Amino acid sequence: MNAHVQPETISLDQLPLGSKALVASIDWDALDHGEACRLKHFGFDEGVAVEALHQGPFGRDPIAIRVGRMTVAIRRKHAGAVRVVSTTK
Amino acid sequence: MTPLPLVAVAGSPNAGKSALFNALTGARQKVGNYPGVTVERHSGRLILADGRPVEMVDLPGAYSLEPASPDEAVTRDVLLGKQKGERQPDALIIVLDASNLDNHLRFALQLIELGLPTIIALNMIDLAKRDGLELDSAKLAEELGVPVIETVAVRRRGIPELHTALDDMLSAPRCGVHEHAPSDLVRLQRRAREIATSAVISETPVRRWTHRLDAVLLHPIIGPVILAAIMFVMFQAVFAWSETPKSWIEDGVAWLSSVASHALPAGMLRSMVVDGAIAGVGAVITFLPQILILFFFILLLEGTGYMVRAAFLMDKLMHGAGLSGRAFIPLLSSFACAVPGIMATRTIDDPKDRLTTILVAPLMTCSARLPVYTLIIAAFIPNRTVALGIGLQGLVMFGLYICGIGGALLAALVLRRGVLKGGGGGFMMELPKYQWPRLKDVLLGLLQRAEIFLKRAGTIILGTTIILWALASVPQAQPGQKQSEVSIAGHIANGIEAVVRPIGFNHEISLALLPAMAAREVAVSAIATVYSLDAGDNAAGKPLVEQLHHGWPLPTALAFLAWFVFAPQCISTIAVTRRETNSWKWPLFMVSYLFILAYLAAGVTYWTAKALGL
Repeated sequence: MNAHVQPETISLDQLPLGSKALVASIDWDALDHGEACRLKHFGFDEGVAVEALHQGPFGRDPIAIRVGRMTVAIRRKHAGAVRVVSTTK
Repeated sequence: MTPLPLVAVAGSPNAGKSALFNALTGARQKVGNYPGVTVERHSGRLILADGRPVEMVDLPGAYSLEPASPDEAVTRDVLLGKQKGERQPDALIIVLDASNLDNHLRFALQLIELGLPTIIALNMIDLAKRDGLELDSAKLAEELGVPVIETVAVRRRGIPELHTALDDMLSAPRCGVHEHAPSDLVRLQRRAREIATSAVISETPVRRWTHRLDAVLLHPIIGPVILAAIMFVMFQAVFAWSETPKSWIEDGVAWLSSVASHALPAGMLRSMVVDGAIAGVGAVITFLPQILILFFFILLLEGTGYMVRAAFLMDKLMHGAGLSGRAFIPLLSSFACAVPGIMATRTIDDPKDRLTTILVAPLMTCSARLPVYTLIIAAFIPNRTVALGIGLQGLVMFGLYICGIGGALLAALVLRRGVLKGGGGGFMMELPKYQWPRLKDVLLGLLQRAEIFLKRAGTIILGTTIILWALASVPQAQPGQKQSEVSIAGHIANGIEAVVRPIGFNHEISLALLPAMAAREVAVSAIATVYSLDAGDNAAGKPLVEQLHHGWPLPTALAFLAWFVFAPQCISTIAVTRRETNSWKWPLFMVSYLFILAYLAAGVTYWTAKALGL
């Protein structure tokens, strides 16, 4: 293991459908209080497993994400605050 | 007298909390409102084995004590004993979805920290098993330090055990309640995951039903097609199934009216009861079948978990107008009637999104406008084919619907940029597992909607129809005078006429505008009455369509149509807006902006038609 090799992160809205990932970091300041609260309620946290499942038929927005054992719908704009490391090869 | 012990049922959304509450209290429920907010308070009574009654309250679903919606704020305040109109509960039942413990345990941990006597209902344990999840509830109880009871609320499994546990808990001496210190959600979440992991005995991955269904129902092409089909069936049902019960209600009202006419001596009292109360309230309760059918579908769509998917599919389009996907069903419902549509906005979490939806809902062309549209179109629009079998009359009708939708989207956009700017949690929703709701729970919800509607019909609507009747009946006409001219309403009509003359409205229209406040379609009967009174004997046999055709210039007729696209001509809508927004500010705002829109639309139509020489 090399300490200076950082795994490559992408933002959650860039995660391809059907791919799994681990949450690397969340930019809470990019969200307003209510939005941040809701994401915490959904269980978004560093190290949590997520999976991109579906996207809306118009403009590919919103997206459905499996987080832990639940599935949630969020807009791409908000998903942009979550950085993930893809675990799907 | 000491009050009954109060037990609160709390839990995260989609934990099956309401089903459990229904299983515990049965149909002995009351639905009210918490003072100052439009959050419903569901309460009921449970009788313990020894006959002791317990008051139960079903708290709004919440993810934590850190509220992100008005509902969650009420839940927090009740639990901390800070909610107006509610004492602090003596004990708690926390409902958890057995297959989503990682998440639901966070709220449970927060609640247990409060120190109230607590029982955990590990609900939907059957669905967890179906998903291949084997849980150790004894281990969970040990970790949490409170009793854990496995339940399947929709099948009443575990309910007797819950009764026993409740009995034990309420009999035990009470300890003090801790102060709630703001807790760190992330820390709680991590602890919740640890406990959840330790309580899992085994997990066999299985293909879950919900995932398979979502692959179809959220498919980018098939999904919207299925949604459109469901909406089509829903609207067919609202119009087709309601015909028969509607005619029963109409017959009943007619029967009641004739009984009252015979029982009461001729005079003001009889007129008030028959022409005012019975006719007015009767006209409104004929909407009851439509409202119930619509809500049957809404409750079914909510209960199965499909409603959130519909919102998911439509969110982007609604977002374009500054609304969220959640507004889709209420706005669609408003095509039948704005009253149930506005009542359905309760599913929208965000207060500003909800208010915007309420304010634009009356712009959706409701079924009560149809009689007005049909009459004017039949009288003034020639029945000829434009092209390819498309009739001009149908095209105009379609155009009026489009005007309404366009107006609503535009109004929403303006409102979201102006008075209702900012806020809005966007669109963040849990997509729950699909499941069949219990028919009893759906019917109970339906009964509660009917009660809310009838209560309003019995109070606000009864009051306003009596006022309208009084205006139209006082003072009474002498022989040779026309009631419609002499009455206060007649004088008001003269006043209205001065205002609406510039947009091409004549005296007959001015007279019809006031009674049309009761319900839009009343405009048709009001105009009919005015013409039948004015026409005398020779024209009495002529159909109204012909009388209008000869009596009104075309620009006036078109202006009248444009008026009805926008005008807030319905007391019930104003009353339900008052109830749902809990203030007079928003209904007044709605009425004024809609009247201004209607006036401008009618004016522009009239002046343009004039200029074009129509």
